[in-house]
Amino acid sequence: MAGAAFRPSGDFRTSYAADTTIFDDAFSRRFVIGLVIVLALVPIPTVFGWGFDILDRYWMNLFVSIGYLSIAALGLNILVGFTGQISIGHSAFFGFGAFASVFIHETTSIPVFFCIPLAGLMTAAVGLIFGVPAARIKGLYLAIATLAAQFILQDFFARADWFSGGTHGSVARPLEIFGYQFRSVHAYWWIVLAYVVVLFLAATNLMRSRDGRALIAVRDHYLSAEIMGVNLTKYRILSFGIASFYAGIGGALFAHHNLFVQVESFTIFFSILFLGMVIIGGLGSIMGTIFGTIFITMLPEATEAVTSFMRGGAIDRALNLGGGLNYLKEMAIGLAIILFLIFEPEGLAHRWRQIKAYWKLYPFSY
Amino acid sequence: MAEAPGPDGLGDNAKETASEPEIVLEADHVSLSFGGVHALADVSFQVRRRELFSIIGPNGAGKTSMVNCISGRYAPTEGRVLHKGRDITKLRPSARADLGIGRTFQNLALFGHMSVLDNIMVGRHHLLKNNFLTGPLYWIGGARKEELRHRREVEEIIDFLEIQHVRNAVAGTLPYGLRKRVELARAVALRPNLLLLDEPMAGMNLEEKEDMARYINDLNVEWGMTVIMIEHDMGVVMDVSDRVIVLDFGRKIAEGLPDEIMNHPQVKEAYLGVMDDDDEEGAAA
Repeated sequence: MAGAAFRPSGDFRTSYAADTTIFDDAFSRRFVIGLVIVLALVPIPTVFGWGFDILDRYWMNLFVSIGYLSIAALGLNILVGFTGQISIGHSAFFGFGAFASVFIHETTSIPVFFCIPLAGLMTAAVGLIFGVPAARIKGLYLAIATLAAQFILQDFFARADWFSGGTHGSVARPLEIFGYQFRSVHAYWWIVLAYVVVLFLAATNLMRSRDGRALIAVRDHYLSAEIMGVNLTKYRILSFGIASFYAGIGGALFAHHNLFVQVESFTIFFSILFLGMVIIGGLGSIMGTIFGTIFITMLPEATEAVTSFMRGGAIDRALNLGGGLNYLKEMAIGLAIILFLIFEPEGLAHRWRQIKAYWKLYPFSY
Repeated sequence: MAEAPGPDGLGDNAKETASEPEIVLEADHVSLSFGGVHALADVSFQVRRRELFSIIGPNGAGKTSMVNCISGRYAPTEGRVLHKGRDITKLRPSARADLGIGRTFQNLALFGHMSVLDNIMVGRHHLLKNNFLTGPLYWIGGARKEELRHRREVEEIIDFLEIQHVRNAVAGTLPYGLRKRVELARAVALRPNLLLLDEPMAGMNLEEKEDMARYINDLNVEWGMTVIMIEHDMGVVMDVSDRVIVLDFGRKIAEGLPDEIMNHPQVKEAYLGVMDDDDEEGAAA
């Protein structure tokens, strides 16, 4: 999907393999690999007890939640951005993954390490079932059908005591490998980071191979996709399966981080948040999904920082900012989505490409 | 490859054609109605192997409807469509790609946000084996190798249709004539034994038409594809076609060699006498 990106002169592609790489140039590749290594190094002093933290628990909590949320958001991006469908029930699948992982562990005592991927598969199966309407309906009608998924699953969580613990919720065990418990958020970050890297690579590879292209073809022109041999029913439903798999993994990672899963977490507002991440990050952009997740996760933090900065001032007294902080956070997200839809409908990924292009040519304008 | 993409590009296809039945496609009393509108009424014809077969007729005569019945967009209300003797009347459109039926559209139908290369690679869909499980693994399990092998074949098609310079461009940004060519490339990538072309030259200038006629002729003669073409440019149709049928108000009024058609009294009356030189975008339902 890179298209006609700028490439330094003299950078020739001499094989088809070199023309199908994930990153446009060696610099981007090194940058991303370097970033992942740095992120992996961050928790070391804390975990090994060297007496200091590079980042404290507050920041690591943010990192971890950006990690599992971005995995789930990537699933939604595959569904909405790449296949051109819509789902406003994504948080229900996220929740299903969370409950499923705990459920599998409690009933079969399979180690949590394996429960997470199993929960992903289980959620994928559920997603395939709820994806069946997508074979027949599109657009607004499909949105309503996925809304049904949201409420059916939410209701299921509340009633199915055997599965989710019902209204009491369920207690999750921390992940354990060879007796080492990933109880601290610093250690858990490694698990989340590993999942992020693997699943984002998998999605990138999917999009440069047969079935990923078929998904995009279904989005861009389903009639000619069908003539080209793409089975529309299969790929529309498959897309739901893949999206739910990612949501399930994200949810399972959330469960074993939070160590407690409750029904109230997986509301329709949460589903809208996922849509916000995907829209702000950039529909149909894998990197953009991370940007969007960071944006949506940091926005409430930023709102809080701004209100506490203004505390005691005239504006605060007039509007009671501190008292209405929770509303302010939600308003900020709504406002951000609207502003992005108007001014940058292609999301942060597009802005990022423009910034890169600008610096490639700096100081010349073209 | 530098090698001219002749019949080699479709090696196994050529072998296949050797033992293939003589009649590639047969329309057997095909009728198609939308409520009270009879788009096609009792149309029968046979297309022979390696033939360049043209369907002509005035606007709304049912030409595109006929092609849609062959490619599976529409199911005939009555009658049968047979591909190499096999009844495909009820077959899913996507399954017809496996049989080697490729087509282009009258109104452009490219995947607008994909690169030209990816567009053409979609044409390889039914030939590729990697899927949503092996694709994400890419390096393990042979998906990469397979993709690259098919990329090589796709490049041959790109060479043949002379679209190397737009290979990485986003399809939706290309000018009209190039898009038509990319669409042809995508259909050819499917490795069809039967190629359906719905007005491949509509809206083109003379030079582009000449190029397109050359490509179609090469595909027909050198690559050994059977071609069914809808076209309004009489000069082109009469020059390149082996046989022509004429539809008017959903009925077949004539069939024969180009010369016979030119002198057919009913055709003159129904069509050529009131011929309209403008392109007829989206008119033929």
